[in-house]
Amino acid sequence: MFDWQFFALLMSNGVLIGLMYALIALGFVLVYKATDAINFAQGEFVMIAGFVVVAFLFTYKTSLWIAVAVGLLAMIAFGFGLERAVLRKLIGRPIIAVVMATIGLAAILRGVGPLTWGADTKNLALPISDEPIILGPLFIPPIQILGAAVSLAFLGIFGWFFLKSRKGIAMRAVADNQQVAMAMGINVERYFALAWAMTGIVSALGGVIWGSLLGVDVHLSLVGFKVFPVVILGGLDSIPGAIVGGLIVGIVENVAAGYIDPYVGGGTKDFAPYVLMIAALMVRPYGIFGKRIIERV
Amino acid sequence: MALYPLPIARWAVAAVVVVFFVVLPLVLHEYYLSIINLVSIAVIGALGLNILVGYTGQISVGHGAFMSVGAYTAANLAVRMGAPWPVNLLAGGLMAALIGAIVGIPSLRIKGLYLAIATLAGQLIIEWTINHVTFISGGVQASIEVPRPEVFGLRVASQRQMYFFLLVFVVLAVVGTMNLVRSRIGRAFVAIRDQDIAAEIIGINIFRYKLLAFAISSFYAGVTGVLYTYYLGVANYEQFQINVSIDYLAMIIIGGLGSVLGSIFGAAFVTLLPILIRWTMEAFGGYLFSDAAILNIIPNMRLILFGALIILFLIVEPEGLNRLWRNVRSYFRVWPFAY
Repeated sequence: MFDWQFFALLMSNGVLIGLMYALIALGFVLVYKATDAINFAQGEFVMIAGFVVVAFLFTYKTSLWIAVAVGLLAMIAFGFGLERAVLRKLIGRPIIAVVMATIGLAAILRGVGPLTWGADTKNLALPISDEPIILGPLFIPPIQILGAAVSLAFLGIFGWFFLKSRKGIAMRAVADNQQVAMAMGINVERYFALAWAMTGIVSALGGVIWGSLLGVDVHLSLVGFKVFPVVILGGLDSIPGAIVGGLIVGIVENVAAGYIDPYVGGGTKDFAPYVLMIAALMVRPYGIFGKRIIERV
Repeated sequence: MALYPLPIARWAVAAVVVVFFVVLPLVLHEYYLSIINLVSIAVIGALGLNILVGYTGQISVGHGAFMSVGAYTAANLAVRMGAPWPVNLLAGGLMAALIGAIVGIPSLRIKGLYLAIATLAGQLIIEWTINHVTFISGGVQASIEVPRPEVFGLRVASQRQMYFFLLVFVVLAVVGTMNLVRSRIGRAFVAIRDQDIAAEIIGINIFRYKLLAFAISSFYAGVTGVLYTYYLGVANYEQFQINVSIDYLAMIIIGGLGSVLGSIFGAAFVTLLPILIRWTMEAFGGYLFSDAAILNIIPNMRLILFGALIILFLIVEPEGLNRLWRNVRSYFRVWPFAY
């Protein structure tokens, strides 16, 4: 007998978690879209943002709004600085150089976070209730609804930014062809920096939401591992792709965990999205919405 | 390309062999030999990864998992069948080569970033499989104890015996890699790295050589895993997680991509760095920090220095320690004239 109630619960949970994945994936997509750089440190960005917010909340006893604002500003500055200090120097180098630089950056951030703010898990409490909302068969924690809402709002804002605003169009031009963009009078380096700063904004929000869901410690960076299945499924350079990929990954991992975990003793959540991703890489490596330019060998 | 570019190289190689086979084991304490043993194991793995990344230009973030494949194959053979170590070593290497080639199949369609992500998936999937399939992992905490290897009836138990045991494989790996990269196969790898389309036009079967690069590289990784298992006396998947894959990538970047000597430098550097940090903190950290703080500082300091060195070498000296060594050497070769 198929248990519809259980299935609906898994689905609703998957959709909400999926939208929260989409928020983090958005950070990855923004950078890739504009600069062709791959950020293997996306999860660590989220972690460090969480640490900054928590530090202001507890160490300096500021209100939540100020802490979040400081987190946003810090991550924007971090994005600008990173582009200036590291990534600008790697322009034109083979792709493995950028991949390795972000892997190195990830290691630094994983060290700096616990070294500065301590290794214990910190509780980032948002002023919303912990009581799950009960809708018929569904139990929905309010934090997930908030996360999904923030996620959708920012996906909408950035979607509008790229389609309609002057800066967004310039950024698409830079992504499409750097030389032509330069010839048209676009300051390419400034838009690279802007892309990293935008990733900083998204990561700061991700840090607040995921931090309040999971607690802030070094393990928060593991959320970054979910970014790759999401962006590969959706398409590396597509904002709608981040949403769709996030939803697919969220639903698949929850449903797979719900039905397979009892037989294998856990861990399906981390495993299933990657199996799906391998299948996607074989069949459609540019993803559902991605540009079809992939170098064939 | 000759193995010995200059006559003095023969003497240098002879001197290095004497130092490593005679002088070091005679003068060094067991503790220091155990550190050199760790370096030896890392050298073999770094050479393997360099064949794939440095020479063939493919990327793998999954070498830690390939090592665990070798480790668990050998451990299972040793415990269930009572197989002797040469069989386990070979089987571990071959099994890793097979799995590595399978993970490398996407490299035929995709490259660069996509390949990095595909091998990352390989790492996570292999880790999960070993951890969750009790037939492979042997149940309790996924670790299997292995008996010490026996060479000609002599059990390799002390660090000093282990030192000679491992050194033989380091020599085999170094000579093997040097000869591989100047053979037809190695040149084909370099051609694929430099310009894959041109390589195909001059008659290199890219399909075969890319898989071969993955297989050879993973074979080295599998052997590394087996040797590490014998070194520890236990196979445990926690020794082969994603951070190990990244450690090895760091070794070849810091040491120098596409260079045998660079792999050795990098392996030594990356293995010794955490030990040096620990010594420094234990010696001087007490003046500045409390004991609890030092426990927090040591692992985090290692991560920070690690990442910083990777980025520094990528920006400042992409050819790594090997290039620095060559600079020093050529300075003295033409001394006292600058050119």
